Amino acid sequence: MTEPGAPSAGRGAFAVELAGITKRFPGVVANRDINLSVRAGTVHAIVGENGAGKSTLMKILYGMQKPDEGTITVDGRLLTFSTPADAIAAGIGMVHQHFMLADNLTVLENIVLGSEPRSGLTLDFGEAARRITGIADRYGLEIDPHELVENLGVGDRQRVEILKVLYRGAKILILDEPTAVLVPQEVDELFDALRELKAEGLTVMFISHKLGEVLSVADEITVIRAGTTVAAVLPDQVTARQLAELMVGSELPVPELRESTVTDRPVLTVEGLTVLSADGRPVVDDVTFTIHAGEVLGIAGVEGNGQAELVEAIMGMRPAASGRILLGDEDVSHWSTRARREAGIAYIPEDRTRHGLLLESPLWENRILGHQTRPPNAKGVWIDRKGAREDTARIVKEYDVRTPSIDVTASSLSGGNQQKLIVGREMTGAQLALVAAHPTRGVDVGAQAAIWEHLRTARARGLAVLMVSADLDELIGMSDSLKVILRGRMVADADPHTVTPEELGSAMTGAAEHVA
Amino acid sequence: MSAATLAGPSAPKSVSRRRSALPRILLGLSGLLVLLAVVRAITGANDLTSSGTVNAAIGLAVPIGMAGLGGLWSERAGVVNIGLEGMLILGTFGAGWFGYQHGPWVGMLAGVLLGGLGGLLHAIATVLFGVDHIVSGVAINILGLGATRYLAAVVFSGVPGGGETQSPRIPAMPRVSLPGLDQPLLDLERKNWFLLSDLAGVLRGGLVNVSWLTVIAIVMLPLSYWILWRTSFGLRLRSCGENPWAAESLGVKVYRYKFTAVIVSGLLAGLGGSYLSIVASSIYRDGQTGGRGFIGLAAMIFGNWRPGGLASGAALFGFTDALQLRGSGESIHALLLLVALGMLVVAGWNLRRGRRVAALVSAVLGVLVLAWFLFTDTVPSELTGALPYVTTLVVLAVATQRLRMPASDGLPYRRRTAK
Amino acid sequence: MTGRLDVRRVLLAVAAPVLAVAFAALVTSLVLLVAGDAPLPVFRAMLEYGGRPRSQALILNTATYYYLSALAVAIGFRMNLFNIGVEGQYRMAALVSAAFAGAVTLPPVLHVGLTMVVAVLVGAFWAGIAGLLKVTRGVSEVISTIMLNAIATAVIAFLLQPSRLAVSVQGSNNIGTRQIPASGRVPGLDLIPGAGVQVTGLILLSVACGVAYWLMLGRTRFGFDLRAAGASPGAAAASGVDFKKMTLAAMLLSGAVAGLVGMPQLLGASYTYSLDFPTSWGFTGIAIALLGRNHPVGIGIGALLWAFLDQSSQILQLQKVAPDIVAIMQGTIVLSVVIAYELVRRYRLVLEQRSVGRALADDQPPPVAAPSGAPA
Repeated sequence: MTEPGAPSAGRGAFAVELAGITKRFPGVVANRDINLSVRAGTVHAIVGENGAGKSTLMKILYGMQKPDEGTITVDGRLLTFSTPADAIAAGIGMVHQHFMLADNLTVLENIVLGSEPRSGLTLDFGEAARRITGIADRYGLEIDPHELVENLGVGDRQRVEILKVLYRGAKILILDEPTAVLVPQEVDELFDALRELKAEGLTVMFISHKLGEVLSVADEITVIRAGTTVAAVLPDQVTARQLAELMVGSELPVPELRESTVTDRPVLTVEGLTVLSADGRPVVDDVTFTIHAGEVLGIAGVEGNGQAELVEAIMGMRPAASGRILLGDEDVSHWSTRARREAGIAYIPEDRTRHGLLLESPLWENRILGHQTRPPNAKGVWIDRKGAREDTARIVKEYDVRTPSIDVTASSLSGGNQQKLIVGREMTGAQLALVAAHPTRGVDVGAQAAIWEHLRTARARGLAVLMVSADLDELIGMSDSLKVILRGRMVADADPHTVTPEELGSAMTGAAEHVA
Repeated sequence: MSAATLAGPSAPKSVSRRRSALPRILLGLSGLLVLLAVVRAITGANDLTSSGTVNAAIGLAVPIGMAGLGGLWSERAGVVNIGLEGMLILGTFGAGWFGYQHGPWVGMLAGVLLGGLGGLLHAIATVLFGVDHIVSGVAINILGLGATRYLAAVVFSGVPGGGETQSPRIPAMPRVSLPGLDQPLLDLERKNWFLLSDLAGVLRGGLVNVSWLTVIAIVMLPLSYWILWRTSFGLRLRSCGENPWAAESLGVKVYRYKFTAVIVSGLLAGLGGSYLSIVASSIYRDGQTGGRGFIGLAAMIFGNWRPGGLASGAALFGFTDALQLRGSGESIHALLLLVALGMLVVAGWNLRRGRRVAALVSAVLGVLVLAWFLFTDTVPSELTGALPYVTTLVVLAVATQRLRMPASDGLPYRRRTAK
Repeated sequence: MTGRLDVRRVLLAVAAPVLAVAFAALVTSLVLLVAGDAPLPVFRAMLEYGGRPRSQALILNTATYYYLSALAVAIGFRMNLFNIGVEGQYRMAALVSAAFAGAVTLPPVLHVGLTMVVAVLVGAFWAGIAGLLKVTRGVSEVISTIMLNAIATAVIAFLLQPSRLAVSVQGSNNIGTRQIPASGRVPGLDLIPGAGVQVTGLILLSVACGVAYWLMLGRTRFGFDLRAAGASPGAAAASGVDFKKMTLAAMLLSGAVAGLVGMPQLLGASYTYSLDFPTSWGFTGIAIALLGRNHPVGIGIGALLWAFLDQSSQILQLQKVAPDIVAIMQGTIVLSVVIAYELVRRYRLVLEQRSVGRALADDQPPPVAAPSGAPA
């Protein structure tokens, strides 16, 4: 393994060099002293966990953010970017993870937008089509310029995004998680295209955490963890497991497992659950599991593999195409969200600002949210203010929510304290089951331990918990059973007592290893 | 160039090419003409396709169409414009005020500019300050109405021929005709032959004795199509309404395009208002817009945010408006038959598609309307006034779900927001 | 931290409408100057006239129905529904309930009560059409309520015929519903000494509705769901709110209150629905709801302000100034107040972010994982 930034023997010039890049946001340092060197004519992969700082780094390179410290050098010239236009002018093109395409416009219109060829006053559609098909043929990216984007599948849309940057003369392409939404066949097509681009002398940088894929197509790999570069490696010198190790590290103390409280009474059962996306793909594909009273089932997976949709389907917020959901013996598959909540399922949502809080309402009103039909929040049709306020004060104390009072708005709390409030609220209202998506996201270490303790206590009381998380230590430490989700399917079972974070990481990223 | 083999693009869900809509529109229009001819033959309501009705229909369609076109420009850039009514009113006033003093052409220009002023206000509020689009539109309606009433009272009182709520007479806008068609078409129309006379009536209404303002207004439609769909300016404008963040990421100055679009929408509404003052009634009068700003929006939705569809929608609403104004309860009564038949066809269509509830609802409605037709002789004159609005509601109820508005219409946009 | 923020927040909330009124006064002055009238005498005359006891009583009367109208709109606004149809709803309700009240004879309380019930039902029905269209067919309630306004005008014209619901009024060209007998009328109150004009008894109705609105919004489960649905659809959905039911309920409730808007005029002044029954109160309600930010007290103040402007403008005829100048002032107030509210809102967010940043810098180290919302 080489030092980050150090040149390897006998290769070409550097297309991109980032040195000492640092970027801070309120409350968090996203990038800290990052050093990255990409050779021209290579495919360079950047890997790291969610939240490691990869996207921020790419946004800096593309001119969408400005670094607080550090330099950017492109083809030997020191440059600063104020807007994406500057980066485009320097020959850098970004293919976003979430495609920036207008569905109602054609492929051609999407590609030429902002740089349209003209003849007199009108847009020269003929010339545009010629140029696009020229580029497409040259790099082997077949597309019909006159097709409406909304009719295109995901792989084709990505091709349009790539053509967008090539049309503007990009010599350095950045792809942000390009394979996140592709099926294996489309991944192969993409990688063929990348090799084609490389053969024509272009430089490709791509961000990913799918280690198997990275190893198959990259020429060099840089690993980023917790906002800084930790290693730069060559793919033939490292295994997927070692990469996962570098990505994940092992810093946090592993929460101890206590004695098992798992009973044999099934509380939450999911049978053959399938959820389809807007264009008919299964994002949750025939998922089956049972959670018993006193059991914590952990679901490990990289974000975007169907966990969010699975959780929403269980809560009734998203319709399922097929399958059943049972609460005890009761089939709740067609119950409303409210009915499911009232029946005793509590929910800690993944996106707390969008699904968990009323940001402009005071804390005690947020305590009511999700439980507005039952005491202590409600008495009949009325909201029980006194009851809610008292209970909010209790939650603030028990869950260590740092706030001057229960009357401040939720938006004035830090993310961690917001999360603690939500956890407290939901755990109070959890009678039978708790669906927790990333329950300790954004919470500091001390509070994390406290939340885990609360979860353990509830579990001992017989609560069934479904925990979706990307924090491997949390999953291993808290779960009684552990499953791995990949592309909507449950692909592996793991024994929390024996599995290591590295093994789990490999399974999550599809390095296709069987986990003991 | 390497010889790598690649699989072709994955099969798209449905092939929908950007065909020219013209043949389909013509087909639809001819079908409609035939249907109207049939209904006229059955019911004997000869006014249904007379050149008088058609002339009136075009006249009433213009302000609706201009308002709708204004709405189209604005919404294609992603800004909802409910304030069209207020801009229309400003247009009528501008045309009245300058028109009676300096003639119809100056009046038209003044009306356009005053409407544009309303557009500017809306643009400032929504694009610059990020106010909710609908709230701003409602405010503009209030302001437009109030300002116009005040200014009218100030400038028109005491002027001969005018008064607090109306302006003196505006000199007429010159008219133009296609030469040599007037008399032969009139003769043909009078013969009441099936389909031929209907066609003659329609053609005569459209080609003979048409005001220049009408011509200008109608030209605005293909002109808008050309600008919005054939130039790079138009592409960038439309992208702001579809995905402004994508446009921003490609260097398009989204704020500028939104601003321009909303001002243009005001200008067009002003043109519609000028038409109302100068051509439709020769004076400015308080209340002469009659909600046409809103009907224009409905026509825009009906037309799926495209100028061709908008024209059909405006024509439809203008037609019903004309029938109502000409007071022929007989013609509207005849329309009931058309509607009843239409509903029964829709019911059959729904049944074939397996949508039983929708089929039942359409069938019941069709039968009710048919009963109404059979058991009455005419539609009471007070209710005919509701015809354009009921039509709007029905069209929206039926069609809203199949329509596609610009993807980011009405969404607040701030620069550098990552999605 | 919060103490200071609270006072600031209250000040900011009040600042916006005050600034808006001041700005509107400025714009109006400019318009007056351009038209050749001096602004100060105009304002002085308005203030003096509006301050007279008689004017005050009339202002209270006007504010009574403005308040109800704004309340109806505000209920919809709370859920981001734009009920522009209060106009049609209140007129339909007034006509039908007037016909009902004129046709029956009942003991007084029952008579008035049932009349109001009829009005509420008709208003709710008319709004419910738009609500149903929105929930089942996805039709925008903005356009459907506007269309229903126009259709209401036609239906009213149809019904207000001697052969149907109306009778001719002797000695004039007017036609109206049968006069409501004494048992159906609401007496006035002598609230303002020296006014010579009574304040309608139904001012109590307005106050009661305001209290009910405040209670509903802040103290009931329905109100909580309503506010949650308007503030954050995602959070509301996750908490179990059924959007379709909520939308329909909100529209029906809004229409029900709208039905009451015509009651003070009907039961306290004209005792009949005739051709000259006042119109445009529905649109005024929208403006006042915006001005008062959908808050029961804010709307009350807004209603009083609007009524004051209306009333005091009547003196302007004597000054040879067209009373419609007040419409310019009102329109400008609406536009500038919504802009002001938006600016204040953004400023508040910046303030809060800054204080959060300070708090974080003070006591906590930066968390390991990026908090949700910050780019990663």
